[in-house]
Amino acid sequence: MELNDLYTDIILEHSQNSYNKKVIENADITELGHNPSCGDEITLQIKFDGDIIKNIAYTGHGCAISQASASIMIDNIKGKTKKEALDEVELFLKMIKKEITDDNELEKLNDAIAFKNISNMPARVKCAVLAWHTLKESMEK
Amino acid sequence: MINKEEIVKDFPILDRKVNGKKLVYFDNAATTQKPLSVINAISDYYKIYNANPHRGAHTLSVEATEAYEQTRNKVAKFINARSEQEIIFTKNTTEALNLVAYSYVNNNLTSDDEITICITEHHSNLIPWQQIAIRKGAKINYMYVDSDGILSVDEIKNKITDKTKVVCIAHVTNTFGIVNPVEEIVSIAHEKGAIVVIDGAQSTPHMKIDVQKLDADFFAFSGHKMLAPMGVGVLYGKKELLKNMTPFLYGGDMIEYVSEQTTTFAELPFKFEAGTQNVEAVVGLSSAIDYIEKIGYEYIEEQERELTEYALEKLNQIDDVIIYGSKNIENKVGVISFNVKDVHPHDTATILDRYGIAIRSGHHCAQPFMKHLDLNSTCRISFYFYNTKEEIDIFIDAIKKVRGHMGYGTK
Repeated sequence: MELNDLYTDIILEHSQNSYNKKVIENADITELGHNPSCGDEITLQIKFDGDIIKNIAYTGHGCAISQASASIMIDNIKGKTKKEALDEVELFLKMIKKEITDDNELEKLNDAIAFKNISNMPARVKCAVLAWHTLKESMEK
Repeated sequence: MINKEEIVKDFPILDRKVNGKKLVYFDNAATTQKPLSVINAISDYYKIYNANPHRGAHTLSVEATEAYEQTRNKVAKFINARSEQEIIFTKNTTEALNLVAYSYVNNNLTSDDEITICITEHHSNLIPWQQIAIRKGAKINYMYVDSDGILSVDEIKNKITDKTKVVCIAHVTNTFGIVNPVEEIVSIAHEKGAIVVIDGAQSTPHMKIDVQKLDADFFAFSGHKMLAPMGVGVLYGKKELLKNMTPFLYGGDMIEYVSEQTTTFAELPFKFEAGTQNVEAVVGLSSAIDYIEKIGYEYIEEQERELTEYALEKLNQIDDVIIYGSKNIENKVGVISFNVKDVHPHDTATILDRYGIAIRSGHHCAQPFMKHLDLNSTCRISFYFYNTKEEIDIFIDAIKKVRGHMGYGTK
């Protein structure tokens, strides 16, 4: 895998000063996701309107992959229902595990499809899935 | 005169390609590569004399026992212990330190006592003491270092008090490669009546160890960081301390008599070696010590000093590289922590890997220290005597390209 296939423009753009990296006042859920082996930390903050994810943002620190993945996930799920968001998490994780490879099926993931190649870099998979696991944890509580 | 090219040829793995590039292995503080002589020693053990030592009257068991016990004798001489009874084989430094925590400290600490350790410690020389302290209601006293990672004598004197029972310190730090003033620590601790446990995982591969000169009460190191296989470590302890300690693990081969209700335990060092040991790794350690003694610590130190000076000089010339820790070569081994500006260490490591270069990135199992310095993570390169200046040149060229790959400037 070439470096340009990993650090694509979309990933680099989201990893540097993302508009989704900020604090939300009065968030309904604040969930810390942590990668003990590398120290990456992401805190998701979610504000609901009934069942709808009205606002969501993240703070924390980590590599370009973990940061971009959080930002792109937020773009994807903002405005969706809890169930739609969780379905998307499942689809993303299945893409990473190579259980779903058909691009038509993965179309729903929009820009997050940029992480499809990460399955070829086992050392970085945990970076890509951190935000998605954290979202899942926060909503299944 | 030792020929560097011949040395490099002794390590088959250094000839391999990674991602189409010649491997540059700069992660020696994590584990070193193995020379063919060590690989062959392990292979010969299985081809010729594999058996369970200490247990059989048959020839193979006798030969395995001899190989195992001769290595113990070799290790004792290697670190200048008074007797081979003071050498206990463990699986690694971590297990050796836990042995001291459970079999000595756990029995000799009260809630009025203190354990003094340094903030720079690797988790393996921190968590065992922290957890024993929690269990005993005792206090952990931290010695803090300056931003270069240097521990001052004043700080040592302040933190080793009349209440201190145990002082635990790395001989060399795994993050910045700083050589700690262990002889001063030992002398101050002994004045206060405290014992000293030295974590020698990062020193033993790089400098001649003399446990009698250090006057350490316990000294631990791992085989795999000094050419030997993973799975064998050594705990040295002063005989009078070891003798009075309770066993760490119970089971076969560590007993004298066993009855239904009671057991008496074997003599030193067997009391601390329960169950079948990792003979293959011990045999590999024997061969690794032979290799190190053949080339000599003088050569090892000279090579590593040259490499470290050269790498520091080259890294210093790159504006976008931040180097952490003291650059004073006088009290440092070949470990350099750094970051590339604006780039997370994991991304730097991934990019370097594409150029065939293996480095470490992360918190280096020293989270309290990183927090103390307000760092999240760093990149770390660490050398061994088989590394070359040409490899450093390849590394420097790749480092200069890192920011480009991350979208800063032109790709």
